[in-house]
Amino acid sequence: MSASPRILSRFSLLAAVVFLAFATISFAGTQEEPEPAFDEHETSNEKEFDASAVILHHVVDDHIWHLWEGHSGTIFLPVIVYSSERGVETFSSHHFYNEHHQIIAYNGYTLEHNHILLNGEKVLDLSITKNVAMLLLNAVLLMVVFLAVAKSYKNNQGKAPRGIASLFEPIIVFVRDEVVKPNLGHNTGKFLPYLLTLFFFILFGNLLGLLPGAANMTGNIAVTLTLALLTFLITNFNGNKQYWSHILWTPGVPLPLRLVILPVEIIGIFTKPFSLTVRLFVAITAGHIVLLSLICLTFIFKSYMVGAVSSVIVLFINLIELLVAGIQAYVFTQFSALYIGMAIAEHEHDDHH
Amino acid sequence: MMNTLALLLDISYAIMGAGIGAGLVAIGAGIGIGKIGGSAMESMARQPEASGKIQGAMLIIAALIEVAALFALVICLLISFRQ
Repeated sequence: MSASPRILSRFSLLAAVVFLAFATISFAGTQEEPEPAFDEHETSNEKEFDASAVILHHVVDDHIWHLWEGHSGTIFLPVIVYSSERGVETFSSHHFYNEHHQIIAYNGYTLEHNHILLNGEKVLDLSITKNVAMLLLNAVLLMVVFLAVAKSYKNNQGKAPRGIASLFEPIIVFVRDEVVKPNLGHNTGKFLPYLLTLFFFILFGNLLGLLPGAANMTGNIAVTLTLALLTFLITNFNGNKQYWSHILWTPGVPLPLRLVILPVEIIGIFTKPFSLTVRLFVAITAGHIVLLSLICLTFIFKSYMVGAVSSVIVLFINLIELLVAGIQAYVFTQFSALYIGMAIAEHEHDDHH
Repeated sequence: MMNTLALLLDISYAIMGAGIGAGLVAIGAGIGIGKIGGSAMESMARQPEASGKIQGAMLIIAALIEVAALFALVICLLISFRQ
């Protein structure tokens, strides 16, 4: 019987907490009631919150860079189009938007679903879009950082690295010793610059994309396709005789099987960069879509409680996204090193040939 | 019965397929990563000295499996956004 007042007080504490939680939730629910009186006027102007439009808007490329609400928060990036009728034309994308931020036509060009059309036909769009601007920013950042690292090594020869060099040295040594050297062996020096650039480009691109207001750069399939294409070109132009003979005329297998293996191996040359492309694109884009969906939950339910819970969940998923940024950079570089290594490998094949 | 259900909810079968697909994808990813995690736990228990390497390898393989799941998720999203 001596324990029961404690149990009772604990139970009442629990009951009080649960009651308060439910009270808050129901309070948040009742806050919407004053609004219907205003809604009667506004339902014609006020659109329902379209989550998929908001999410897509943040994930795809755009001709303007929208940082925050209002006219000062939008950067109107230059539009550069080439068409056979008019040649190259350059103008600010500001012309495509009127004062109410609605899309209008300009000089014969119309902007539909982020595609620029001239009299209804597609033109070659070479504009500086949000992703291109982000790419350039990434390139400038990489150059600034790594020129500083190189200068620091040059000035500190023989001594321990300090400052920014000491930040990047473990990462560079990790990529060289764990990723490149096991796959390339004595050819490491030839391909290390490319693979290090690849790794840091993807890493910085992924991390920059997680900042608020940033563009989803590595989540653009054109960017990842280009990176995979570079790996594809380097692999196949450096492939030695053994590599090509294994693909086209596999040694050591009977003739009918060789004819079956030939198309499979040729397709295999192309699936490798394809998988590199899609892997990076999907990982980053899906991560952004998940984050945006959770944030949009708050706006769909229009409740403070959902907002608080969703903010905590978004915080933890952001941490997972940081991990994914690093892992995807590592995986892309690892597979690139593997493919290049397989193409230039010289094995001892005394048995088949 | 299926027709009235579709009429009542005012969606097409494509979106229902996308929804079911996304759910199946999540199951697939869960099973795959669960197996990796399980064997990682077991091997870390057998040989605690190697746990750093095992943990590193586990995270990377989990990311690869997750990307395979996300392939399918993106396709489901594409289907549902087209409607």
